[in-house]
Amino acid sequence: MGRAVAVIGTGQTKHGRRDDLSYPDLVREAVKKVFEDAGITPKDVDGVVYGSMPSMMEGMAYNHFYFADALRVVGKPLLRTETCGSTGQSVAHTAIHWIASGMADVVLAVASEKEHEGDAQATMMTILEPFLMVTIGGAPVAFSLQSREWMGYYHIDDDKAREAASIVSVDSHDGGLKNPLAHIRVKLTKEDVSKAPIITYPVRLYDVCPTSDGACAVIFASEEKAKKICKKPAWVKGIGFRGEEYFIGDSNKAVWQSTIEASKEAYKEAGITNPLKELDVAEVYNPFSYQELMFLECLGLCPPGEAPDYVIKGTFSPGGELPCDPSGGVLCTNPIGAAGLIRVAEAALQVTGKAGEHQVEEAKLALSHAMGGAEQFNGITILGSEL
Amino acid sequence: MAEKYKLIKDLVRMEIVDFTFPKKEYRTGRHDTVLPYNWALGPTWTRFFDGLKEGKIFGTRCKKCNKVLVPARTFCPSCYEDMEEWIELPQEGSVETWCLVNYKYYGQVKKPPYIIGQIRLDKANCSLTHFIGGFDLSDPDKVRRKMKTVSRVKAVWSKEKHGDIYDIAYFKPI
Repeated sequence: MGRAVAVIGTGQTKHGRRDDLSYPDLVREAVKKVFEDAGITPKDVDGVVYGSMPSMMEGMAYNHFYFADALRVVGKPLLRTETCGSTGQSVAHTAIHWIASGMADVVLAVASEKEHEGDAQATMMTILEPFLMVTIGGAPVAFSLQSREWMGYYHIDDDKAREAASIVSVDSHDGGLKNPLAHIRVKLTKEDVSKAPIITYPVRLYDVCPTSDGACAVIFASEEKAKKICKKPAWVKGIGFRGEEYFIGDSNKAVWQSTIEASKEAYKEAGITNPLKELDVAEVYNPFSYQELMFLECLGLCPPGEAPDYVIKGTFSPGGELPCDPSGGVLCTNPIGAAGLIRVAEAALQVTGKAGEHQVEEAKLALSHAMGGAEQFNGITILGSEL
Repeated sequence: MAEKYKLIKDLVRMEIVDFTFPKKEYRTGRHDTVLPYNWALGPTWTRFFDGLKEGKIFGTRCKKCNKVLVPARTFCPSCYEDMEEWIELPQEGSVETWCLVNYKYYGQVKKPPYIIGQIRLDKANCSLTHFIGGFDLSDPDKVRRKMKTVSRVKAVWSKEKHGDIYDIAYFKPI
């Protein structure tokens, strides 16, 4: 994969409803933190990558122009990358490619969203063309269709899927309680989740992520620079990204090829043959609890059709074989463009022992993941404590 | 804990009432952007929509892999070959997946609750995304029981046709 690359710093805003500051100030909050964390100055940075959802989420095309000052990009090269929900992973990959290729040594990657400034679901409606598919109502419809396709394909009993999805939601919200930066910080019971109002059946309120404002910044560096600058870098062990056809109905989404192939590529690069055994923690992109079940299978963390059994027996819960989303995941914090980069930042915190109260003990190898589009894209980044 | 959340705009957004950021002491500025577009649909989709207006569902066949796709395509996504053979598809098919929509969102064309499904029309090699309906949708549990028994559906056409995807009103169970 070219030269070795490491994460040498991360910075996240307090996520939530951030009417208290303007969008550039929100971006600055994350950028200030990442420079403090990495212990370097903008002078040390060779280039900046930025990404968000379609900028119209906040009402302006090319919002990276608006953030030029907050991104400390004046006088430097800037790349914009966006792939819908997987934007954050794509932003990280752009920075990694930039350094791995030898064209840069230190790259600042930033992603953000300020969803309360517009109507997030309305922007989602502009992601698909408006003529050929009936109005798929933003994310909940697309991903509920997919979840039920998965349940049907493997003949998974409704009640069993419901129980497993409730566990995913409860575990994530418990994680959110331990993460001071998470948006939703609340104690839920399985019953709270399974009795909540229906959004897109079988998906209920607490099976769905919130709309959040937030930004995330990560500084990547080459091996030479990382070793010089950072006492404990998080090394990029492998990355993978795959896309699919435009029309949702053109392929089977229960056996989601883009997740399967993207993770296989990342595992191969990382030399991982048994991900459930070898990984210590996973930050799986989980805007919908039902969808996380499917991801656990497609990421090769359990056999196809058996995610509910593994979840019910606690494999992916705190203290289980492979804790998932100890940060609270997307279910607790969803500034969409940033959500995929937050997964990378959280994976870096875990393998460097800096995750605080939601630290998974002795985590050395972490998977981060995000998906995007109308069931169209998947990106994976695996980080480790050793080069 | 449920009282911690306030449901606003019906079920559209979820917010925590006791959230601790400063009470609104700074201004927000209202700005709306409304932009009109005219999308070229080209010969393939023009013919597809003309077909709907006549009460027909057209797909096209790939001469290389033989797959029939609907809505009709100009080219095959896998083979990249032109898809020039037009096939009128049967108006019946099987349900691949579905979900009951019970929330409101911008640009919605139907009042919830309604069902969106993926329907594999007979002779097609992909699913068409459309509504499933024609029965009582007010009780989710009843809908779930009903949908367990539904495998085959048939197109119901709108009374007025405009040459768009909504010329098919929905697919009803058979």
